[in-house]
Amino acid sequence: MDLNILWFILITVLFIGYFFLEGFDYGVGMLLPFMGKDDAERRAIINTIGPHWDGNEVWLLTAGGASFAAFPNFYATLFSGFYLPLFLMLLGLIVRAVAFEYRSKEDSLKWRYNWDWMIFLGSFIPAFLWGVAVSNLLIGVPIDSTMTYTGGFFNLLNPYALVGGITFVVLFLFHGSLFLSLKLGGEMMDKAKESANKYWIPAVVMAVIFVVYTYFAVPSFSASAVALISALIAAVALILAGIYAKGGKMGLGFIMSSLTVVFVTILAFATLYPNLMFSSTDPANNLTIYNASASPYTLTVMSYVALILVPFVLVYQAWSYIIFKKRITKDSEMTY
Amino acid sequence: MGVLELSRWQFAITTVYHFFFVPLTLGLTIAIALMETKYVRTGDEDYKKMAKFWGHLFLINFAIGVATGIVQEFQFGMNWSEYSRFMGDIFGAPLAIEALLAFYMESTFIGVWVFGWKRLSPKAHAATAWLVAAGSNLSAIWILSANSFMQQPVGYELANGRAQMVDFWAIIGNPHLWLQFPHIFTAGMVQAGFFMIGVSAWHFLHKTKNITPFKKSMRFGSTYALIGIVLVILIGHRQAQHLAETQPMKLAAGEALWETENPAGESLFALIDQDNHRNTVDLKIPGFLSFLAYDSFSGEVKGINDLQKEYEQKYGAGKNYIPNVWLSYWSFRIMVGVGFLMLLLAFVAFMKSRKDEFKCKPLGLKVFIWSIILPILSVAFGWIFTEAGRQPWLVFGLFRTEDGVSKAVSVGEAWTTVIGFTILYAILIVFTVQLWVKYAKHDMELEPETSTSEA
Ligand code: HDD
Ligand code: HEM
Ligand code: HEM
Repeated sequence: MDLNILWFILITVLFIGYFFLEGFDYGVGMLLPFMGKDDAERRAIINTIGPHWDGNEVWLLTAGGASFAAFPNFYATLFSGFYLPLFLMLLGLIVRAVAFEYRSKEDSLKWRYNWDWMIFLGSFIPAFLWGVAVSNLLIGVPIDSTMTYTGGFFNLLNPYALVGGITFVVLFLFHGSLFLSLKLGGEMMDKAKESANKYWIPAVVMAVIFVVYTYFAVPSFSASAVALISALIAAVALILAGIYAKGGKMGLGFIMSSLTVVFVTILAFATLYPNLMFSSTDPANNLTIYNASASPYTLTVMSYVALILVPFVLVYQAWSYIIFKKRITKDSEMTY
Repeated sequence: MGVLELSRWQFAITTVYHFFFVPLTLGLTIAIALMETKYVRTGDEDYKKMAKFWGHLFLINFAIGVATGIVQEFQFGMNWSEYSRFMGDIFGAPLAIEALLAFYMESTFIGVWVFGWKRLSPKAHAATAWLVAAGSNLSAIWILSANSFMQQPVGYELANGRAQMVDFWAIIGNPHLWLQFPHIFTAGMVQAGFFMIGVSAWHFLHKTKNITPFKKSMRFGSTYALIGIVLVILIGHRQAQHLAETQPMKLAAGEALWETENPAGESLFALIDQDNHRNTVDLKIPGFLSFLAYDSFSGEVKGINDLQKEYEQKYGAGKNYIPNVWLSYWSFRIMVGVGFLMLLLAFVAFMKSRKDEFKCKPLGLKVFIWSIILPILSVAFGWIFTEAGRQPWLVFGLFRTEDGVSKAVSVGEAWTTVIGFTILYAILIVFTVQLWVKYAKHDMELEPETSTSEA
């Protein structure tokens, strides 16, 4: 296979991993101040992702690094172009990372609850902004012939992008609730189930609006069979997820919401393919997997590296979930 | 200020800030793994307490190291997009490998280490400590291979206006890297060692009841720091020699040496007049710069003015190839000066800690406590010297800093991020230090409260 295509797929996979894993982390983070009524409940909620969130975040870092290595022009244009949203996202991620570690280090409830709001913000902002970023990639942004983004900040806040942002937020709220219902025990588990039921309808509504909007606003969506099929699978999975959750089959529900996230990501990348960014000023300025790529030698080296390392990563990340598979209740002995 | 200056300030601020915490992670993870291994081998509970105690302090550090690292990952694209296009082949690959090989390992096993005391056997738990240490130190090799390329480009060819990789192994085998990494690795030992010395000294000063684990920590920390500092200095000496060959301009700027000298004297104090290419005052020890560069008291060290002429012929006339001499000169002096001060302190602490009683006057203990900041100074100024002395090049001899900056970013946007990051980082350091002070004062007998679920 053409290495450029291979790397396009690998980067898609990295984003799938990121949205799937951090999708529930962000969901959990957004739910935290609302679902956790007292400190013990909140600690239990945080502990469901405590050992994992940093490892999950590395999927984003790897996606960033892999984009830099395989498609440097994509990395350069995207991040210099989406400058302020990315800056806000970084602020969110910084605050969140610190909050997880620092919140329980003082006894004062005020201290802890303030950090909990930081976790909320640090989860909400990236969730929303990724929706915005992905939508803008799909709908296209002004890019000139030197591959420079020329649109400014407010151009990124178009209605379609806002719909994308809200869609991501509610999807992750739903996905995160299902994750919590698997990890928590006792009355906390019931709360998580309620929450899943609560966010299902908004998730379905937003997803429908998003897909329909995409259908009309993004021509290459309807031109791509893979994208259309992915949209279909995502829709079916989302519906099933809600039905399973209502019936108390949380495990199946979670698998379905995961499939939704996975296929929404595939939908996005399939719509782009073989481009990485659409130029709304002139299609000749599109960044493609060929004109944005690194040299064949680098792609070859990176392919070997990925082939060797990725299996290890998958094995030990999975192992880390297995060690901590026990449900957490309010009264579990907890590590801070 | 234009986008270029702002981007330089931003990079310098965020990176140096990131690097306040990095060496402590590098050094302390290994120290903790060693302590836990000792506990597993000997069953000495003190070492378990030590691993936990230093582990708690390390985690505070780790959180902020990770948080500031995320910015690093993306800011090449944000502010230095033209550089990213030029360097994608060579910079992107190590960055991706760093994430795949090191960050996953570090972040996954740190989670297991923190939450897994009860779920894993002691041996397996100690193994996770080693994996965290390995992950951290591996990450250093990869990112430094990118930085080393910027100091000394190898294994590439210029094609389509970009530096394209032609030899991966040459990039990993870059001679610059194999001096830079050991220098950083041992600087990590120094920073972790002084951290342990300082915190233990606080407990001696305040007569903490259960002092034994702190005595052991002092012995461990001072040994660690002493080994580290001796090696840092020896390796630094080799680096200076390497500079004489590969980046003579940086060496000359670090010495404020305007004219070629043979034998060359080591400047102790100079007042620098960059505009007129001279020093108004310059105190020198004769022959010592030749020694630094060649291990011999004679030997020609090229001066800035001659090098400027040489570079004009090589890289094009009419351009300035001289870095900020004042900054290079003083940052080099601070790194080295503080380094020798630390050599002295580490030696004293080491000798004292070998006795049963750590005898020291309160004033001496206070000096040890405050010496926690010394390695941070050396490290920060070491980087400032390395990076500022490379100017005007971003990639030495290939690519100038002014060509690397993003075209899509406006001055207003650049100001926003400079101010935003600076304010956020300033706030975070307050919380970090507050927590550090609080946890450093814990007695090791009392486990820092690990559960308040009954509260
Ligand atoms: C010599 C070592 C070294 C150097 C030069 C740098 N870092 Fe760093 N970095 C580390 C050593 C390190 C570390 C020891 O692995 C950290 C620091 C503290 C920590 O907890 O992990 C880390 C954390 C860290 C993280 C977070 C990883 C995670 O989530 O686990 C990222 C994304 C980066 N770094 C990226 C960078 C980039 C892009 C740099 C280039 C300017 C950089 N670092 C310089
Ligand atoms: C005392 C004798 C020392 C000497 C002669 C020395 C020498 C050097 C030299 C020549 C460089 C520049 C390398 C280059 O640009 O290629 C450098 C960089 C650096 N030094 Fe030192 N150093 C000394 C002590 C220290 C100490 C004590 C520390 C910290 C604990 C330290 C930390 C650093 C760092 C972080 C860098 C930047 C990274 C690098 O380029 O290696 N140095 N040092
Ligand atoms: C992590 C270790 C590093 C530290 C501590 C460090 C430190 C610094 C410092 C202090 C400056 C300001 C110099 C000046 O403005 O005169 C600087 C500038 C810069 N460095 Fe580094 N650097 C590091 C690694 C890197 C790496 C890996 C890159 C790779 C791209 C890099 C690229 C740059 C760039 C683009 C600038 C801005 C241009 C400039 O002002 O010189 N640095 N860095």
